Amino acid sequence: MEPTNARPVLDLQNITMAFGGLIAVRELSLQIEAGQLFGLIGPNGAGKTTIFNIITGQYTPTEGQVFFNGQDITGWKPNAITEAGIARTFQNIRLFTSMTVLENVLVAYHVRQKTKLWQSILFTPGYLREERRMRTAGLELLEKVGLADLANKKAGALPYGQQRRLEIARALATNPKLLLLDEPAAGMNPEETSRLTEFISEIRDEFNLTVLLIEHDMSLVMTVCEQIRVLDYGTTIAHGTPVQIQQNSRVIEAYLGEAKEYA
Amino acid sequence: MKRSTQVTLTSISLLLLAAAIWWASGNLNSYYSRVANTAAIYITAAVSFNLINGVVGELSLGPNGFMALGGYTAAILLLPVAQKEMVYFLEPMVWPLGSFSLPPQLFIVALLAAGIIAGIGAFIVGWPCLRLKGDYLAIATFGFGEIIIVLANNLLSVTNGALGIKGLPELTNLWWTWGTAVVTILVVKNLVNSTYGRAMRAIRDNEVAAEAMGINVTKTKMIAFVVSGFFGGVSGALLTILISTISPTLFMFTMTFNLLIIIVLGGLGSITGSVLTAIIFTVLQELLRTVEAPFSLGFIQLPGVPGMRMVVFSALLVVLMLYYRKGICGSWEFSWEWLLRKLGRKEVDQWNQPMQDQY
Ligand SMILES: Nc1ncnc2c1ncn2[C@@H]1O[C@H](COP(=O)(O)OP(=O)(O)OP(=O)(O)O)[C@@H](O)[C@H]1O
Ligand SMILES: [Mg+2]
Repeated sequence: MEPTNARPVLDLQNITMAFGGLIAVRELSLQIEAGQLFGLIGPNGAGKTTIFNIITGQYTPTEGQVFFNGQDITGWKPNAITEAGIARTFQNIRLFTSMTVLENVLVAYHVRQKTKLWQSILFTPGYLREERRMRTAGLELLEKVGLADLANKKAGALPYGQQRRLEIARALATNPKLLLLDEPAAGMNPEETSRLTEFISEIRDEFNLTVLLIEHDMSLVMTVCEQIRVLDYGTTIAHGTPVQIQQNSRVIEAYLGEAKEYA
Repeated sequence: MKRSTQVTLTSISLLLLAAAIWWASGNLNSYYSRVANTAAIYITAAVSFNLINGVVGELSLGPNGFMALGGYTAAILLLPVAQKEMVYFLEPMVWPLGSFSLPPQLFIVALLAAGIIAGIGAFIVGWPCLRLKGDYLAIATFGFGEIIIVLANNLLSVTNGALGIKGLPELTNLWWTWGTAVVTILVVKNLVNSTYGRAMRAIRDNEVAAEAMGINVTKTKMIAFVVSGFFGGVSGALLTILISTISPTLFMFTMTFNLLIIIVLGGLGSITGSVLTAIIFTVLQELLRTVEAPFSLGFIQLPGVPGMRMVVFSALLVVLMLYYRKGICGSWEFSWEWLLRKLGRKEVDQWNQPMQDQY
């Protein structure tokens, strides 16, 4: 059903992921076009996070391949995949809690650092210049995501909603083409969620991103996503536009009826 | 605070240290000067060990192995040839080690060689286990330390076995030990505050996230491990040459245990803490000698109990872990800014504050 005129940014082909006897993802194929905001939904345990872990190299799929911009990245190490241009946030927040907000973002610049180890240890002028550039860029990024005044706070001390925001900022700092967001609205109140909804479209446009999003909050998903894929027990049960998904009887049965509680 | 101000303050304090060493070299008797040397050697060993266990958060149990590698390297390089023929009487020394030695003027070459050999040792141990997640490093480094000791006992034509090597030229002095300690502190401090150190701390905080931020976890850990091994090796060489003799017993697991106590008591990850506790530990070890000596209570004569000091230290460690888990410094680091604040000078240069607080 996807238009075939452009090469997809992300192309999952026939992915199966088995954990012992448990098949978390079963023969899943999925293509995402450049610039798309794509939603991945489904009940708890449907295999959504597992798919993120496969795309980002935490897991190697039992079967199938992952293509990113036409390149087979199956089995690459997570840091190599990040370097190639895929960044993610985590469902259970994973910040560098003992470091400051700014440092959390700076960590992401390390991979693109030009100066060498010996220059870093000797604090050569070239290194100091690069470090300063990183800091300026980091502060600019924090400005854009509205965390600039917290730059020198310890990340672990932030309130929950801002921790989620920092997770996104940190992912953006790796300069990704494809951004994976795992339940970014989890634990947020309706007001924070609606601000996040705007924020996601904004960063997509500002940073020229393709976004793949897992979310239980239906208001967010239906507002922000252009295409939605619904999973249950590791297989696709529906895909289409938000309107199509809302009218799909299988989805209503398997998921939306139950999801009323979340909304 | 301006970076240039900090460099100036650091330079001034280094000059003061140099003056102190100059004074001490002429005035301390041999006992006090040995204690002062030992303290500096422990600083070097502890600060480098702390890089792995405190900053990266990987449990290594092998610094005794790296120190032994460094110690033997320096001993073999520096023992005069004539001496080698006498010392290695069980089995002659293997060619070409037996047929040359470095003149005392090339002490620094021996120290660097000690560091490099230990660094290579660290690389070889790290290669297989730093790519694995879990406690493999602890087991592998522990095994490594033991293997080095077994080798030292059995490679007669290299290490002279259990008899060890005696009669090494006494080249270690306060300039070398404290100079090395200063270099180690500066290198490790700069490394920790650099982007590489940031990556190391990120790994300690959350390895999965660090990797997802593009950090090559294996390579970053390896850098820390090899740097740590290098300075561990140098400290082993300094200690060996200080006491002018080396045998397998010098670098048994007790050494690692001592260093663990030092870095945990100091506060894991804190360089300041490692430095302070290394000094405290060395001094305490001397003061506690009395608990190992035989002494009389008038009516009853108590025999000396060798190893009693370790009992005291272990008890101290337990108490600290129960009531003061973060060690004396926690994750605190000394900085000139802190000192000036303490001295009551308000910092006015607000703009530079957030930019410079790293340096
Ligand atoms: N490393 C693993 N080992 C074993 N089983 C796993 C592992 N990771 C995930 N699973 C299992 O795979 C299934 C899918 O899990 P996954 O985390 O992908 O679900 P999810 O769709 O993200 O759910 P949620 O909405 O609760 O986050 C679950 O049954 C889970 O227990
Ligand atoms: Mg999940």
